[in-house]
Formats: sequence, structure tokens, C-alpha cells
Amino acid sequence: MSENDATPVRPERSEESLEFPYLAQLFAPGADPEVDDQIVARRTGMWGSGQGSGDTSGFNGLERTTALAGITTPPFGGWFDQIADRMAELVPGFATHVMVHRGEITFFVLPDKLVELCRALRDDEDLRFEVCPSVSGVHYPEQTGRELHVVYHLLSYTYNRRIRLEVELPDSDPHVPSVVPVYPHANYHERETWDMFGVVFDGHPGLTRILMPDDWVGHPQRKDYPLGGIPVEFKGAVVAPPSERRSYNQ
Amino acid sequence: MSQTENRSATDDLFAESGDEHVDAAYLSNGADWDQIVDAQRESNDETIVVNVGPQHPSTHGVMRLVMELDGETVLSVRPSIGFLHTGIEKNMEYRSWTQGSAFATRCNYVAGIFNEGAYSLAVERLLGITDDMPRRASQLRVLMMEINRIASHLTGVGAGGLELGATSVQEVCLRERERVLDFTEAITGLRMNNAYIRPGGVQNDLPDDGLDLLDELLRQLRKNLPEIGQFTLQNPIFKNRLQNVAHMDLSQCMMLNASGPVLRATGYPWDLRKTQPYCGYENYEFEVCTATSMDAYGRWVIRLNEMDQSIRILEQVRDELAASKGEAYRIEDDELRWPSDLTVASDGQGNSNEHVKHIMGESMEGLIHHFKIVSQGFHVPAGQAYVPIEAPAGELGFHLVSDGGTRPYRAHLRDPGFNHVQSVPIMSEGGMLSDAIMGIASLDPVMGGVDR
Repeated sequence: MSENDATPVRPERSEESLEFPYLAQLFAPGADPEVDDQIVARRTGMWGSGQGSGDTSGFNGLERTTALAGITTPPFGGWFDQIADRMAELVPGFATHVMVHRGEITFFVLPDKLVELCRALRDDEDLRFEVCPSVSGVHYPEQTGRELHVVYHLLSYTYNRRIRLEVELPDSDPHVPSVVPVYPHANYHERETWDMFGVVFDGHPGLTRILMPDDWVGHPQRKDYPLGGIPVEFKGAVVAPPSERRSYNQ
Repeated sequence: MSQTENRSATDDLFAESGDEHVDAAYLSNGADWDQIVDAQRESNDETIVVNVGPQHPSTHGVMRLVMELDGETVLSVRPSIGFLHTGIEKNMEYRSWTQGSAFATRCNYVAGIFNEGAYSLAVERLLGITDDMPRRASQLRVLMMEINRIASHLTGVGAGGLELGATSVQEVCLRERERVLDFTEAITGLRMNNAYIRPGGVQNDLPDDGLDLLDELLRQLRKNLPEIGQFTLQNPIFKNRLQNVAHMDLSQCMMLNASGPVLRATGYPWDLRKTQPYCGYENYEFEVCTATSMDAYGRWVIRLNEMDQSIRILEQVRDELAASKGEAYRIEDDELRWPSDLTVASDGQGNSNEHVKHIMGESMEGLIHHFKIVSQGFHVPAGQAYVPIEAPAGELGFHLVSDGGTRPYRAHLRDPGFNHVQSVPIMSEGGMLSDAIMGIASLDPVMGGVDR
């Protein structure tokens, strides 16, 4: 696996706890953890330009859906089961999905359980995720009703582990509780996520724009926000801005 | 004409018509400070709010500080950033995975190789080829990252000296940094903004005289780097300016997630090269530099010592590179590998004549393949990854999301400087104005990385 799977230094757990009795209450009631719903792209045609590139191949009607890899159910393997078990014991039913991909684990967390979960992750002696180095957003327009994702990367100095939490929010009402009370350093990161994606972090001490000017309209890193750019004119030729060139993103 | 003329001390320049006038506001255009001082003296109000920057030599870049001052004592500081925001992350979504290196390197331009490194490692993790990298590729990455670490620390130390008013520190540091950048230019073709580390390997192999140049560089650095410590570390003025300044203990570092030299200045030996190794760092002997003073002085000493440790790593890399001469310097997979052999020619960089002859005169398939990889690029399976590495300023992480296509769906750089700017208030409030400037210098934030 990847180089990040450092074996954590950790006391031996007793025999009976290895059964992970709390994993059964990991998922929220009504969640369907086996369904891979992390749609990231829908593509049509052969060439992927999507801008009427003159596809004469006859494959225009093709439609393909791509989802992020790694949606899984217990057991997750390695120390993932230990922490998932402990997390489920402290905060039952917090997750809707779990993703294990390339040696990294992602918990999809219900927004109203987020702060409680972060507090448990930080304070519990079996978890000890002392810091949250990164908070950022991802915009998935294809995921109707949960278009905006907020991604939290957590680090445990004590056990030398990393996990990822992800919260799914509807574009129509993108509210999530702020984790600043638990991780004060998430302050700037949440401001940037508000600035770039328009996610509202309830309870944040001062949720203002941080990178864009204060009076800016719109949230630039959303997928529906254009890249901008102007055509570059040469003698006898014009080069279109990057977002309008014929693309090969297939 | 002075803005302060004919104004009473209750005028508020920034109030809209109808707004309550909160306090007197002055604008200084350079020569009218006497009037401002006189007016402030008459108003008998000790507390003033000063806007420092965004264009000010002591803010370590285009950063603005809103400071509330009582005399020279800082009551509160609010950093304001974003002046160098250029939308690098958004731009990366419109370029191929290989082109991403050229964008990532422009974030923290002083330590650009690290941005490329974290980005390329993240792409490789998404591709699942981390373990397939040839050893020479990792050696060349370690070579350039440690070279770049020295250049970055020299900038941080030099700019820190300059912010104390010690121009000779800056002169010595820039003199040595020029040597380092000359070597970087000889290897990658460019002094900065290199795009040298790419997904799947590095841009080009060492030139024929690469190891000789490295030997000469190391000889000069070993001779000259100790000079910086010799004329600063025992200097009483210097010690007075740095010791017990910008204090942050371990619990504060955890609260604000400080990493890099700031965290290690509390005595905590956390270095991702040791704790979560990448690029084969576990094979090199070096020490994690720490200090126990928790102040700007400790961070300064750590940066000086880390340069010595980088030289130690470079000596080991040198021997390994000599042993792996002629081996592959990038992944041997035609679906991922950049098709041409790039070389650093006398005019910078360029394609090898052999490759041009092959695709133009010998192989139609070779030409098609070249165009396919260069214009469309390769596909990366859908998924997400976060790869952190130990940059000169601390943890630098790249979060990448792929939709299975030939471009990043989302790229986010977790820059240590962006996170560290948050700790300016806790380091500065209650101290002197001059110490606040030193505190920022001890974080070594580079605005290109902070604002991206």
C-alpha cells in the first residue's frame, strides 16, 4: 500500500475487544452503506469535449457514469476497524458511508453529528486525533441534494494516523456546524471553504471571505463558476481561454 | 497636500455620510507624520489602529496587518490575506495531470519543488503506482527537495534578518541561495517555478556534469553556511531581538496546528520525513532538529541546523545517484511516461534530437503516441487522496479528487503558511510592535502559498 500506512505505536488490545462489537452501530439508521453513490462525473459521447466538437463517430448517445472508488462496509482492515469501532461506540450512527481507497479511509458523517464526533476523536485516548490540518470543499453537481462536500483531514500525533471525514450538504441549504470550538485552527480553513464554495459554517466566530475581496459576488471554486480568461490574439490567430478550448477530458 | 489639515480629532475619514463618526482617522502620504503625531498628542488618546501593508517590506510579502497599538505595545493584530490569490487550484482543474506540476510549483514559489513533490505523490497514489517508482526517480526527488529546502531556509533566515534591519544576514543568505539556484538551473533548466517533479517521475535525468556540480555546491555550502550562525547566534542585539519573542508552547502549537520549525521549537521531534516517510527518506541518516526555547530564536536555530542536515542527506543522495547512474529516472510505463526525453540544453530545456528524429522520421505510431500523451494526457482512476510532506515551513498536503479523466477534478493545497498566519495574533498580542514583525518572520509564510 502507500507509504502513509505507518504502523502505529499502540498498546495491545485485549482479545475480546478485537471483535469490534460496536461496528454494527457505525451507520445511521436508514443509511445504505453498500450503495456507491459518490457520482463524480457523467460523460456523453466519445471525446469528452461536451462543447459540440463535431463528433461524427456515431457514439454521441453514449453515456457513462463515474463514481469515486472505495465505498465499503466492515471489516475495513488494519487499524481502521479499531478506530471505527471506537468512534461508533462513542457516537453511534454517525456515518452514512465509509470509503477505503489507496490506504486512506473516509467517513461520510451526518452534519449534526460532526462536532460531537470531532470532540470524541480529539479527546478519546484510543483515538487522539489532535489536529485537523486541512478543511476544504468539493463541489459535485451530479449528486442531487448533496452537491457540496466539506472534507476534513485529521491527524493523530499520538498514533501517527490520518483519517478523512466528509460531510455532504445540499446546495440549497449548505449549513454545517463549525468545528472551530474543537479545532481552533480550522478557522481560516472554514473561511476559505465559505469563500470558495459558499458553505455556511454555523457557529464560526467570524465567517468572512478570506482570499477573495470582501465585496466579491459568487464562490469561485464551484463547478458552475466559470474559470474566466480572455482570448489571446496573435497575428492571424486567436487562442481561446483555457476553459473554452476543445478539451480531451474523457 | 496633507490629508490631516483642517480636520478635528473627531473626523472619521472612512465614515459614510450619515454614519456615526467613530474615531479620528488619518491618512499619511509620507511627509506629514509630524502633523499626525501632533494631532494624536492633542487628542490625548493613546490607542491607535495602524494598518500595516499590504505593501510593506516588513510583512514578509503582500500581507496586511491591522494592528491596534497602545504606544508601541500591540493590543490586537488581525492579519488580512488574499492579495496574491491567483486561483491556482481552480486553474489546475482545466489542465492535464502533468501540467498540474507547473501550476502547483507557483504556489509557494520559494519552495516550489515541495508543491510539485506533494502533488506528484498524490497523483501517483491515485494511480496506485507509488511502489513502482524507480529508485533513481525518488533519489532525484530527494536531491531537489533538499536543495530546495536549503534555498527556502536561506530565504526565510535572510528575510528574517532583513526584518530586524540586519542587511548583512540577507546579503550572505542571498549569496548562498544564488549558488543553490544556479545548481537548480543546471539540473532543471529554471531557477524557480521548475515543474521538475512530475507525476510518474522527474522531468529529466541529471546532466553529465550533474554530480560534479553537486560536489562543488556542497563544498561551498559546507564552507559558507556556518558563517550565518557565526555572526548571529551569539550576537547580543540579535539575541535580544529573538529570544523570548513570539513564544508558542506545545499546547498552543496543537491548538493552532503549527507544524515544521514552529512545532519543533517546542522540543517535539515531529518531522514527516521520519514519522510518515515518502520518497525513500527512511533510507537516509539525518536528525530531526529541535529546540526547547519555543521562541523565534529556537526556530532560527532549527532552520540553520536543518540546512546542515540537508547537506548530510545530499551527501548520501550523491552516492546513491552515482550508484544508480543510467537507470530509469521515471516510471517505465508508456501509458504514463512523458514520451520524449527532455534534456537541459545550453539554451535551457528541450527535446532530445533522437526523439524528434524518431517521431518525425521513423514512427507514425510514435508520433500519435506523443500527441496523445502530450495533448490529452493520461487517465487517473476516480478517487481521492491526501498526501502530506515535510515542506520547509511545515506540513504541506495535497488533496486531489479525480473523476477518472485526464485532469484533476479538484486540487487543494494545504499550505503550512496559510495555517500559520492564524497564529500571528497569539504570538504578537501584548508584545512590542517590532516583536510582531519578528514573529511573522519566524513563521516564514510565503504569500504565494498562503493565498494560492
